[in-house]
Amino acid sequence: MQIHVATKVNGDETEFLCDPEETLLDVLRDRLGLTGAKEGCGTGDCGACSITVDGRLICACLMLGAEAQGREIATIEGMAAGEALHPLQQKFLDHAALQCGICTPGILVAAKNLLEKNPDPTETEVRYWLAGNLCRCTGYDKIVRAVMDAAAEMRGA
Amino acid sequence: MAFDEYDSETRIFSAVGTRPVRPDGVDKVTGRALFGADMSAPGMLTGAILRSPHAHARIKSIDTSKAEALPGVKAVVTRADFNAEADNADVLDNCMAGEKVLYDGHALAALAAINPRVAQKALRLIEVDYEVLPHVTDVDAAMAPDAPVLRAEGGNESVPEGLSKNVMSMCEFGHGDLDKGFAEADLVIEKSFKTAAAHQGYIEPHACLASLGADGRGELWVCTQGHFVVRNICADLLGMDSTQLRVVASEIGGGFGGKTTVFLEPVALALSRKASRPVKMVMSRSEVFRATGPTSSTSMDIKIGMTKDGRMTAGLAVNRFQGGAYPGAPVDMGAMCSFACYNLENVKSVGYDVICNRPKQAAYRAPGSPMAAFAVESVVDMLCQELGLDPVEVRIKNASREGTKASYGPRWPRIGLEETLEAAKAHAHYKAPLGPNQGRGVSCGFWFNHGGETSVSLALSQDGTVALSVGTPDIGGSRASMCLMAAEELGIPYDKVRTTVVDTASLGYNDVSHGSRVTYASGLATIKAARDAKQKLCARAAKIWGIDPDAVTWEDGMAKPSGHNAGDHDPLPFSKLCATMGRTGGPISGHFEATPEGAGVSFATHLVDAEVDPETGATKVVRYTVIQDAGKAIHPAYVEGQFQGGAVQGIGWALNEEYIYGEDGRLQNAGFLDYRIPVASDLPMIDTEIVEVPNPGHPYGVRGVGETSIVPPLAAIANAVSRAAGVRMTELPMSPPRILAALDAQDG
Repeated sequence: MQIHVATKVNGDETEFLCDPEETLLDVLRDRLGLTGAKEGCGTGDCGACSITVDGRLICACLMLGAEAQGREIATIEGMAAGEALHPLQQKFLDHAALQCGICTPGILVAAKNLLEKNPDPTETEVRYWLAGNLCRCTGYDKIVRAVMDAAAEMRGA
Repeated sequence: MAFDEYDSETRIFSAVGTRPVRPDGVDKVTGRALFGADMSAPGMLTGAILRSPHAHARIKSIDTSKAEALPGVKAVVTRADFNAEADNADVLDNCMAGEKVLYDGHALAALAAINPRVAQKALRLIEVDYEVLPHVTDVDAAMAPDAPVLRAEGGNESVPEGLSKNVMSMCEFGHGDLDKGFAEADLVIEKSFKTAAAHQGYIEPHACLASLGADGRGELWVCTQGHFVVRNICADLLGMDSTQLRVVASEIGGGFGGKTTVFLEPVALALSRKASRPVKMVMSRSEVFRATGPTSSTSMDIKIGMTKDGRMTAGLAVNRFQGGAYPGAPVDMGAMCSFACYNLENVKSVGYDVICNRPKQAAYRAPGSPMAAFAVESVVDMLCQELGLDPVEVRIKNASREGTKASYGPRWPRIGLEETLEAAKAHAHYKAPLGPNQGRGVSCGFWFNHGGETSVSLALSQDGTVALSVGTPDIGGSRASMCLMAAEELGIPYDKVRTTVVDTASLGYNDVSHGSRVTYASGLATIKAARDAKQKLCARAAKIWGIDPDAVTWEDGMAKPSGHNAGDHDPLPFSKLCATMGRTGGPISGHFEATPEGAGVSFATHLVDAEVDPETGATKVVRYTVIQDAGKAIHPAYVEGQFQGGAVQGIGWALNEEYIYGEDGRLQNAGFLDYRIPVASDLPMIDTEIVEVPNPGHPYGVRGVGETSIVPPLAAIANAVSRAAGVRMTELPMSPPRILAALDAQDG
């Protein structure tokens, strides 16, 4: 028996049916066509499926689709305002902060969430905040620089 | 004019060496880029694989009838559904076991169902009768004469008598007289080392979407480092013509060598053929760990002699690599790399390729070289410590340089090892003071780099833009490098070139994106294809002007008369020639199809400061500097990225990462929680210095940069940790319990 869920995704009212055991990540990817969040592990260890639910950063693979009832979900697909990239997205491009790009959506969502809470993070704070987002390509150096640079720009520094 | 000049020494570059935004960048920061698991098809089924829970067992029977009867299951396949006469017999056996399962996680049946939930339920209904056999997972144990044997036929004729049938082959490289060399030394050190198997750890699990009809025509969407190779192997395993299968490479979420072969792809095609519907398959992370290639675990003995003034007189390396359940461990490459950094008169390096009950190893970034370097560079460091010599000076003194004979045979062409060592010596990092419990490690590293079969097509469009088609999947930004090289050569802006990784039906054959070959080989091919196009453009200008084609030259993006004798004609810019090409002779494309042989070898020197907590045994990397010869950095930001990424994978391998098997032969840490790769908070910034000693085998001097960066870290960190802890660490990873045990053994 499928469950009917009414939610808001990237600002749009969205309804879907899902099986009870489907994760929110399954629903986003397979039912709503939002494949920006990636499944790297399915166990909450890699952060590639990072999204926010009511403003809180979570791994979409650890939440059931049915639990999204009445919540506000934000994914990478909602980060840019139309053609205008978010400063974090632009800085990731400027700093070459991605190689393969599979972890990039999750890291951007996580970094945006950090800067909303802490507009002026230290390097150590950026590193600990992003410790739940695995990147195997970059060694994190350029990612950390891009986040710091975006934070500075967003502060108007 | 010359259209094949080599001019990297004198050329002043305009596009090459800049840092533009990559062409696939916006797609990747907005979530639009489509990776392996992101594609769907109408009517698509989900495939899933049944895997062995045993390390070694005979398959007595497989009963799939209950699974087939479950509503929603559309096809089930076992080994009988594949080509019994496949040339790639080991690859087939690894994708779908035949008589025996050879490791925990080995595939032995698969099915396709209407959704993942039905598929998982159906897997539990497949009944397998196993006869469990004795197993072995350690390389030294697998070599023992009484070890459980995986293949009754044993190894080839190169294997000395008295060794286990698990030894598949032996290789040997070197020259000179070892006894004489060791007799000349003031100090000889002999030491044994072990390294654990590490996984490439790409964040994107293997995934594909296959569609194969009853007419034998198929389509495959897949994340891979080489879709032409996937096409050929799948066609072989399914018994079909290769060109009837069109393979499209998706965006790829990391590979590092691990996506150079097939696992799911032939299975998905077989299921699709049977169900007559598209089938999507995606591995779970645990499947990635259990059933795809980690690198070899190794056991090595090293003996090196040195004089009091730091001259290395002789070197001997014995390398034993297990490559999982099938032959092909990269021990030959490891043995060739052991002493590649040093100019030794007397040198020998031996390798044994050993099989055991683990997943078949796959290439991992400079396969074989990091382990070989760990062992040799550790002993070099011990010699430096005991003789009171500076580790950088000793390496400069013994460094391989142009004209000296490599330990594996050839004479070195122009190489840049010494330049990286001199840069290390001059670097502020090397002079910086160390804090308490800190040690500084140095190591060099070498990788061959590769050319490989390469096809490129460069098509001009009427509006003066260029469509560049390549067949080497872009793993880390190579499309940006291709656009830069095409723009450089044609004299047009970077954003007037679009580079696409095209499917197997659209271009001639291309080898895999491996061997650090893409910027070298596809780059060379792009430059040559652009030169081919320029030659055609000059001929069109000659036709317009009514002069001889030889009297036209290409400069600053324009065709110009080559001198006064050619007549007085206004230069024809690229855009104008493109706009009129339909009237001057038809469409223009430049091509390159060949196997470039001039890949330049690459060397690096790494510096690392590590701090060891004597209470917990935990190590913190506090400073890290990568210095590597890139030949010529096309897009320096992505060259730095390769340096940094390789170094950090090496840090993980050195300190944490390890395949852990239980007594039962089962993998105990098949997930990112227990197989812990470095996270942002583990690390400092990774400093880089790009050295440019041009490779004469590439028009702009490019050397591959992707792999060399993972070679020095294992040894550099081991040397730093050993100096910090005051005890020599000889086994990787140097996890806290191992460091504590080493400290205790020393105290005790």
